Amino acid sequence: MTEAPALALRDVRKNFGATEIIRGVTLDIAKGERHAIIGPNGAGKTTLFNLMSGRFPITSGEIALNGARIDGMPPQRINRLGLSRSFQITSIYHRLSVFENVRCSLLWSMGYRYSFWHMLPRQRALNQAAEHILEEINLAARRDTPAGLLSYAEQRALEIGITVAGGASVVLLDEPTAGMSHSETDYAMALIRRMTQGRTLVMVEHDMKVVFDLADTITVLVYGEVIASGPPATIRGNPAVQEAYLGQLAA
Amino acid sequence: MIDGMTGAAALGAASARPRRGVIGAFWIGAVLVAVLLPWLFFDWSHGRHSGFVVSMLSQMGMMVIFALSYNMLMGQAGLLSLCHAAMFGFGGYCMIHFLSAAGDGSLPVPMEVLPLLAGLCGLGFAVVFGYMATRQRATAFAMITLGIGQLVTVAALMFHHFFGGESGVSSDRTNASSLFGISYAHGIAVYYLIVAWTVIATLAMFALTATPLGRMANACRDNHERVQFMGYDPRAVRFLQFALSGFFAGVAGGLYAVTYEIVTFDALAAPLSANALLMAYIGGTTVFAGPILGAVLITLLQSGVSLMSNSWLVYVGVLFIVMVTFAPGGLAGLILAHVPIRRAGRLGRLVVPYVRVGLPLLAMLAGFVGVVELASFMTIGEAQGKHLVLFGNTINASSVVPWLVSVVLLVAGGAWFWRAAKGFRATWDGITADLRDLT
Repeated sequence: MTEAPALALRDVRKNFGATEIIRGVTLDIAKGERHAIIGPNGAGKTTLFNLMSGRFPITSGEIALNGARIDGMPPQRINRLGLSRSFQITSIYHRLSVFENVRCSLLWSMGYRYSFWHMLPRQRALNQAAEHILEEINLAARRDTPAGLLSYAEQRALEIGITVAGGASVVLLDEPTAGMSHSETDYAMALIRRMTQGRTLVMVEHDMKVVFDLADTITVLVYGEVIASGPPATIRGNPAVQEAYLGQLAA
Repeated sequence: MIDGMTGAAALGAASARPRRGVIGAFWIGAVLVAVLLPWLFFDWSHGRHSGFVVSMLSQMGMMVIFALSYNMLMGQAGLLSLCHAAMFGFGGYCMIHFLSAAGDGSLPVPMEVLPLLAGLCGLGFAVVFGYMATRQRATAFAMITLGIGQLVTVAALMFHHFFGGESGVSSDRTNASSLFGISYAHGIAVYYLIVAWTVIATLAMFALTATPLGRMANACRDNHERVQFMGYDPRAVRFLQFALSGFFAGVAGGLYAVTYEIVTFDALAAPLSANALLMAYIGGTTVFAGPILGAVLITLLQSGVSLMSNSWLVYVGVLFIVMVTFAPGGLAGLILAHVPIRRAGRLGRLVVPYVRVGLPLLAMLAGFVGVVELASFMTIGEAQGKHLVLFGNTINASSVVPWLVSVVLLVAGGAWFWRAAKGFRATWDGITADLRDLT
């Protein structure tokens, strides 16, 4: 392989106290790939996301983003290197308007840093970019509503919007369709497909239909270990996976 | 009865904002009132200003800056600071030394610019102590600031060279030069200096709310964790916001020093920090202009009511508790809650309910004031050989009648108010439900 993978994990381990939650995960996620991580409850999927995004430090191992080591870095530095994530439990700015939520997510990537000398209403490129995202996530009509007053599905759409807005090359989505109805799920998946075009997408998802529709590669995580990783067809036919995970659901 | 409406107002603040013209008129009106008000109390027969009014208005001006700078932490960044007076006081102490230096010519800076230097001192102080405090947020942050406040107060009493010990440091403002050839001998000249700086500082703080840093401070307040996944270090946001707020507290302290020409450790001690909290909260932390209302009201109580009553702090305390419990959006939140109703032309429907709820409220208040004043007179006033004057009548505090009247007013008024408030709430809910159906 000539090009470094978007994300490379080498024997990553994570202990909480004496309990080992992630037990030596080694995984390469190629650039531009749509990668789904599945596994039964408590398998450590969200923990793995927390390790990759820097929310928790790893106990041992290595994580590299586009070839550069990121383990041990705080989340903001990892984000600046081009990794963005969403949360399973909606994590937005409740008292800020929908527009402000989106604009906040653009500030760093558009180079504003900690500026206290730019007047936000005058930043045309920034505001246009924010309006554009609002239209993409279909929340333009709710522009000035405080995000805390949105419906659940609208909040999830906003969550996706503020995750991808900054233009990160690697996007981690933690159960983006959790708690959604069928039509809402279809809509959210179309949105995700559209907005992550040309980027690397890593997704934790429970909805198998979504997973097999969208993913190029599926990784199955059971009790903190990868038991299989490959294209959907291979995973579907893998007996260990069927036994550990799909079997229970399909039965 | 009120918490429901301010709860909605706190969340819906963005949508319940008055029109631009109204907001503009408010600001212009506020400046006009500040400029013209001293002349309303001008004593034309003697040709001089009312010293009391000018000094009260001066106090209001500096407190407006102080409360607004406090709200940069409290309302905008969600940081409960308990040492805000430290920056104010430090700016004040520095200003006294600047005044002395400007007076003997070793600091060739005109009076009009000196508050800027005091602000920079506040900024420097906030950089040093803010670096420690802003490592943490929430409760831990509040604890550290409490410690800093105590530390600085003790230091002010220990290091006599700079802080002058218990008697403080003093100077003479009249020796400083002026850009415009103004002599700052009279309070009214200082007052207009304060007005000018209050306008500048308010505009600057308002502008800061529209910057990337200001917006990310709001974001940290709402969800400090998410900020990190957008490239921002919440600690850096807290630190910068704290430092900038220290600058404005320093400016306010500098104006304090110019006004009184003496600064003692009271200017940086805990009670003043608590005052900043009171002003911001009572005025309303969710709206930029809220703390201005709080600063004006608290200063009025402080200067006005304190002349009439020893127990004025009791009233401030009760007001604070009532506001925190029933109107967490503060005065500004209460006002903004009426904006959508006014816009729909339904304000008229609230007049009668307000009278209905206002009368028992007045009775209850009168009863409460009666009880407090009688009790306070029995413990303090009587020993000083004074007469108790309540609502214009001299009263014998040891007779039964005034006590009975007060208690009856308090209890009966309270019960009546309780009932009236229920009715008011029903009316209010009805109107807001109508409005929701309309939209």
